[in-house]
Amino acid sequence: MNATVDPKKLIKGATGDWEVVIGMEIHAQVTSKSKLFSGASTEFGGDPNDHVSLVDAAMPGMLPVINAECVAQAIRTGLGLKAQINLRSVFDRKNYFYPDLPQGYQISQYKDPIVGEGEVLVDLPDGQQITVGIERLHLEQDAGKSLHDQSPTLSFVDLNRSGVALMEIVSRPDLRSSEEARAYVTKLRTILRYLGTCDGNMEEGSLRADVNVSVRRPGEALGTRCEIKNVNSIRFIGQAIEYEARRQIGILEDGGKIDQETRLFDPGKGETRSMRSKEEAHDYRYFPDPDLLPLEFTQAYVDELKKGLPELPDEKKARFIATYGVTAYDAGVLVAERAGADYFEAVAKGRDGKAAANWVINELFGRLNKDGKDVTNSPVSAAQLGGIVDLISEGTISGKLAKDLFEIVWTEGGDPKEIVEARGMKQVTDTGAIEAAVDAVIAANPDKVEQAKAKPTMIGWFVGQVMKQSGGKANPQAVNDILKAKLGIE
Amino acid sequence: MSVDSATVRRIAHLARISVNDDEIAPLQNELNAILAFVEQLNEVDVANVEPMTSVTPMQLRQREDKVTDGHYPNKIVGNAPLTEDNYFLVPKVVE
Amino acid sequence: MTDLTQLTLAEARDAVAAKTISSTEITKAFVDAVEKARPLNAYVLETPEKALAMAKASDERIAKGQAGPLEGLPLGIKDLYATEGTRTTACSKIIGNFVPAYESTVTSQLWRDGAVMLGKLNNDEFAMGSSNETSAFGPVVSPWQRTGSNAKLVPGGSSGGSSAAVAANICLGATATDTGGSIRQPAAFTGTVGIKPTYGRCSRWGIVAFASSLDQAGPIAKTVRDNAILLRSMAGFDPKDSTSVDRPVPDYEKAVGASVKGMKIGIPKEYRVDGMSAEIEALWQKGADMLRAAGAEIVEVSLPHTKYALPAYYIVAPAEASSNLARYDGVRYGVRVPGKDIVSMYENTRAEGFGKEVRRRIMIGTYVLSAGYYDAYYVRAQKIRTLIRQDFEKVYAQGVNAILTPATPSAAFGIGEKGGADPVEMYLNDVFTVTVNMAGLPGIAVPGGLSTEGLPLGLQLIGRPFDEETLFSLGEVIEQAAGRIALPQRWWA
Ligand SMILES: [Mg+2]
Ligand SMILES: [Zn+2]
Repeated sequence: MNATVDPKKLIKGATGDWEVVIGMEIHAQVTSKSKLFSGASTEFGGDPNDHVSLVDAAMPGMLPVINAECVAQAIRTGLGLKAQINLRSVFDRKNYFYPDLPQGYQISQYKDPIVGEGEVLVDLPDGQQITVGIERLHLEQDAGKSLHDQSPTLSFVDLNRSGVALMEIVSRPDLRSSEEARAYVTKLRTILRYLGTCDGNMEEGSLRADVNVSVRRPGEALGTRCEIKNVNSIRFIGQAIEYEARRQIGILEDGGKIDQETRLFDPGKGETRSMRSKEEAHDYRYFPDPDLLPLEFTQAYVDELKKGLPELPDEKKARFIATYGVTAYDAGVLVAERAGADYFEAVAKGRDGKAAANWVINELFGRLNKDGKDVTNSPVSAAQLGGIVDLISEGTISGKLAKDLFEIVWTEGGDPKEIVEARGMKQVTDTGAIEAAVDAVIAANPDKVEQAKAKPTMIGWFVGQVMKQSGGKANPQAVNDILKAKLGIE
Repeated sequence: MSVDSATVRRIAHLARISVNDDEIAPLQNELNAILAFVEQLNEVDVANVEPMTSVTPMQLRQREDKVTDGHYPNKIVGNAPLTEDNYFLVPKVVE
Repeated sequence: MTDLTQLTLAEARDAVAAKTISSTEITKAFVDAVEKARPLNAYVLETPEKALAMAKASDERIAKGQAGPLEGLPLGIKDLYATEGTRTTACSKIIGNFVPAYESTVTSQLWRDGAVMLGKLNNDEFAMGSSNETSAFGPVVSPWQRTGSNAKLVPGGSSGGSSAAVAANICLGATATDTGGSIRQPAAFTGTVGIKPTYGRCSRWGIVAFASSLDQAGPIAKTVRDNAILLRSMAGFDPKDSTSVDRPVPDYEKAVGASVKGMKIGIPKEYRVDGMSAEIEALWQKGADMLRAAGAEIVEVSLPHTKYALPAYYIVAPAEASSNLARYDGVRYGVRVPGKDIVSMYENTRAEGFGKEVRRRIMIGTYVLSAGYYDAYYVRAQKIRTLIRQDFEKVYAQGVNAILTPATPSAAFGIGEKGGADPVEMYLNDVFTVTVNMAGLPGIAVPGGLSTEGLPLGLQLIGRPFDEETLFSLGEVIEQAAGRIALPQRWWA
């Protein structure tokens, strides 16, 4: 993908341009009630070691039994990524010692993952669209959590997360800038949320990214990469890439070479640093978990899950463009969240799509954002906003007044039509009344009339005056027409 | 194949088992005796043979997604060498 | 009154059911015998109070007419089975103080059926051994001695506590586990009967794992019938074990005494290994004669990959063990040996907590799975396992009902006699039994006669998957023909 180098994305170094190459491994927590291989709760939080079964604590003789819903969620996600679904996959043990890894191995999928190659379409703010290849998706267990700041000499280990199902989604190194990387994660998160397979909550660690970064001269072979582990916000992903790319460029331009290593991003300093504990080379000794059998299911099962999938953002976007005539950019904004898209559709149905999109994106989303609110708890319902849009298109109120009306509905609630009636906000389309107002303004400003004849753009000033006189209720189009006629401007 | 003393040390570290210097040589001999014994497997033609993944011809069963377990932190930490507030305590881990 | 500990499990069951003896009476007799037999070191934990309390509860159930199939019968439990509230150590220092908050599925089924627990039985540490000499609690001494000698002999392993306890009449029957022969070899060494059922027949949940793809639970008891009775309670589907097979458990006892007429018994020529003693050769022949006399047809069969089973086993089993035993790290349970940091804590804990043989197997397992060696060792061994199973499938496809082999290459040996510098010498003990684990098949060891030194020798019958019943029928024929090989005298009390 992205075979041609886009000069806009290159980073300027002291000795010339560099291209950054990024691939990502996203760990997405599967939405399920219980863990991948045990019946303990996946609920976030909880008292230490409370959401832990004997299996999660790796007590002697404990055995894993797989959760059917986690399998279904992985398949749904695979379908959402337009990926190959493997009807037979294998669980392997990844062996290493760490205090938050009770078994001494993580049950994961190595050679034969449940989902193979797929792709994600990513829209960039400049309107460009890129395709990011998905290499694979596999199911695996999450580890527990170690707290290092409770004591100077000890770490505290809580296994509540131990055994929670994760989907590791591995992208190809198809990303070429921090902006692309951020857009990719955002889009992936949108897809997961549409599917309901991961809540995408990065603060709670439901979505974490391992970011592989390397740099090269445009057109050259891939450079040595560094893996930045466990970055847990989209903003940090961007910062970590920016820092890491410049760090690597600095080393290379000084004649050094990049060591392949694992690094951590320190959000406080905005820097990446080498992980001390990873100094030794790992040898995970993968082998198929003998406590489990290969995971097998039928194509019919996959088809059934496919039937139950919701409309995904790409399809929704295409439909919005086709059905409602909105721009590609607006459609992209509207489908970013399923609830927002649903809201838009409720407003747009039977109305002018473009107007609806404009109101939802500019007024509603802007206002929600300002108050830190979510579309699901918007003070203005889709029906109310639809009412406002109707009042404009009927010519009952002007666009300007509509904004005031929106603010009234937002703060006070109520039916927009009734508010307009009650408060006399109706637009004046009676040409007689408008003509009178126009005549009054012309009579009061003879000098301006002369100027306007020489400079027709002056008409704007007259429109403003007339609108002012009518308390904003005059139909601006009618005012404009009458003014033109009276001033003799074409 | 046979192992040298450096490999014995590397394997011991990978397995997280400390070995004293005087244990290396005997361990090396024992491991090499076992490796020599398994060497005969190379006689077998295994081309086109599938490695066994499960000895019982059956499909992996899947359980229903229900919370059926947990909520007994005392049982979880009850045998632990060092605990506090139901956390396991370990020597400080540096990342 | 007769010595109640001499009864077979079936005899005791019938007597308890007929109310000629109570569970409390027979349990008391065993509690006393257990105490007197401490020189054998068969029990690593005696639970007399628990035994008597369970016996009392049994008697109450019997009085109410609610007796289960094993009601009131005292058993010994291999220390690999987690027993709730009762110390479970796998005979390793590393969990020498572990008290599980859970009960293994198999033992819970025994208690469900009314059995009584006498205590926990010794075994090789983490079941790794063929002589019970690797136990952190020291070796078990076999109740058997060579004619005219008082040299201490091994009871076999890893279920050495189980085999010794059954042979010495200090339990009516015992649980055991078998990964490469750990039920059948000790049974053969002690004149007892032991069956390793088909892989998946008994739940592995709550049994300390050695090698997951090979481990199976099974009983050791005095007779074939006793094995059938115990296995019925031990076996069964367990949704908590993904490798447990969901199929009904037959009433195995019905197969004991059933006719074997017309059955085809395979004699695999590859088991006639180099240097096989004339004594073992003769035993094998005798076994074939007994089955033929009962109307079975004896046919020669070929299992060409037999000789590769043991070396392949010594890749697969240590590999799985190296991973299964990673959880013993001093964090959540067991012993912790401090160190300057987390890594040295791990290293010190595992160096001190594991015994020599366990450390050795973890090392070999770690090596064969490590980068660059995985395909050459582990994958190759698993391919050979496929070939071994195919060998059996071909033979069974020819209409063979079961296969007869010797259980061990020799009679029991002396404590400290084998496996000094070369671990492989000890490993060769399992040469006849290990193929069965590699192929996941059922196998039973039945006493076939005595060696010239007066020690028991065992025969092994290998069955089709889930056809334990045929093994019980054939085993009964051998037991009837050879006579029960009961211990002639006790030297310890
Ligand atoms: Mg990764
Ligand atoms: Zn992962």
